[in-house]
Amino acid sequence: MGYLEDLGSYFLMLKRSFSGFTKGTVLRELIFKEIDDLVIGSVGIVGFIGFFVGGVITLQTALNLTNPIIPKSLIGYATRQSIILEFAPTFISIIMAGKVGSFITSSIGSMRVTEQIDALEVMGINSLNYLVFPKIVALMFYPFLIAIAMFLAIFGGLLAGVYGGFVTMNEFVQGLQEDFIPFHLAYAFIKTFVFAFILATVPSWHGYYMKGGALEVGKASTKSFVWTSVLIILANYIITQLLLS
Amino acid sequence: MIAVENIQKRFGDEEVLKGISTIFEKGKTNLIIGQSGSGKSVLLKCLIGLFKPEGGRILYDQQYMQEMNDAQQRVLREEIGMLFQGGALFDSMTIEENVMFPLRMFTTQKREEMLERVNEVLSRVKLDGVNDKFPAEISGGMQKRVSIARAIVNKPKYLFCDEPNSGLDPKTATVIDNLIQEITHENQITTIVVTHDMNSVMEIGERINFLKNGVLVWKGTQEDIFKTDNKDVTDFVYSSDLFKQIREVQNKA
Repeated sequence: MGYLEDLGSYFLMLKRSFSGFTKGTVLRELIFKEIDDLVIGSVGIVGFIGFFVGGVITLQTALNLTNPIIPKSLIGYATRQSIILEFAPTFISIIMAGKVGSFITSSIGSMRVTEQIDALEVMGINSLNYLVFPKIVALMFYPFLIAIAMFLAIFGGLLAGVYGGFVTMNEFVQGLQEDFIPFHLAYAFIKTFVFAFILATVPSWHGYYMKGGALEVGKASTKSFVWTSVLIILANYIITQLLLS
Repeated sequence: MIAVENIQKRFGDEEVLKGISTIFEKGKTNLIIGQSGSGKSVLLKCLIGLFKPEGGRILYDQQYMQEMNDAQQRVLREEIGMLFQGGALFDSMTIEENVMFPLRMFTTQKREEMLERVNEVLSRVKLDGVNDKFPAEISGGMQKRVSIARAIVNKPKYLFCDEPNSGLDPKTATVIDNLIQEITHENQITTIVVTHDMNSVMEIGERINFLKNGVLVWKGTQEDIFKTDNKDVTDFVYSSDLFKQIREVQNKA
């Protein structure tokens, strides 16, 4: 029964987030600030993780291809498929659930604890539109982050493969181009948009409806990370089933 | 003027407000006092619309809050200034941005005009030169004064204060109390202050409403509160040793 109530309040939150709009000039500033905080502020960590995990994917693929009959270009092919289909969209999104999700929950939760949300409501401002809507819009730029992760991961894989002496540049590039299905990129970005929506709204819900004091802000952040990750994984399964099977 | 008629509020099985009726006068500091858990803050939150009462009506000058449509409620909220217990300043904004916030949201003034008004109210609360500081960089008393400045910057008709001097030393608390009263008189605002501090009652209690267990058990003026025979009120007033001693001196005299 509690879960049904939570689900109901989540959808009511979404409804209120898209109504009672804040003054345009203020909203525009809030959106730019959120893009800076949530998207641009994550480029570094996403790039770092992408680059090195891309390298590890290549190394592990190369180290497991001991059969001389299998062409070396398969290393590039496997790296590309792993990164585009799963690593960049899903793995990075789960990391972002920790980074961005916790940030959203704790910032909104702190505002709840210190009565800043009440202050907005008393002034006649729709606090959900003011706080949640800009985050949803900002995270619609999240696929750019995933594109950067894809690029850097493949680049990291190429460097690890070539400079580690496992594959030549030509073989790796040939593997990258082999049996390329453009729809796989579309699939990756479609699910990235869904993950972005989950990343913006689920942590916001946990922060907005939290009760208690400072300790509960921490608990809400942890809970938000768990639920955001669970929903990303479930959405990943459903979208894959719908689009690829 | 704000009038409440038979306001009832419950949380689950617990009836927190049991049919409160009173009038808060314009140009006066109207106090709601009582022990913790008496329903003071709940009544305040009903008045400002954060809680929806199960029964009763709230009259803002000529119009019942319950009969207002969304647009009218929005206009009403723009006429309300609120001083929260903890200040509720936006911690990601500077003092200047905090005070300017209501102007940015509800007016079409140019930045220069807004800045002029912000400096005017900051000066009124005796806080010059802190525009670029963040709330975390100033003291609790200063935060309360910034909160007052934010509450009055858009020239509200109604000012609500929830425990305005909680957590402040007696001297700063007096400064805040006096500031609230001066602003109320200057601008002829209807001010409602929730407090359990007897010093505030002494300083600014022009009209006093005493709540006990969700019931309005007494109302009167600053002078009346020391003359009343109402046992609930005397128990509350003379729970402090200081006021007990004052009464003993008065009795002897």
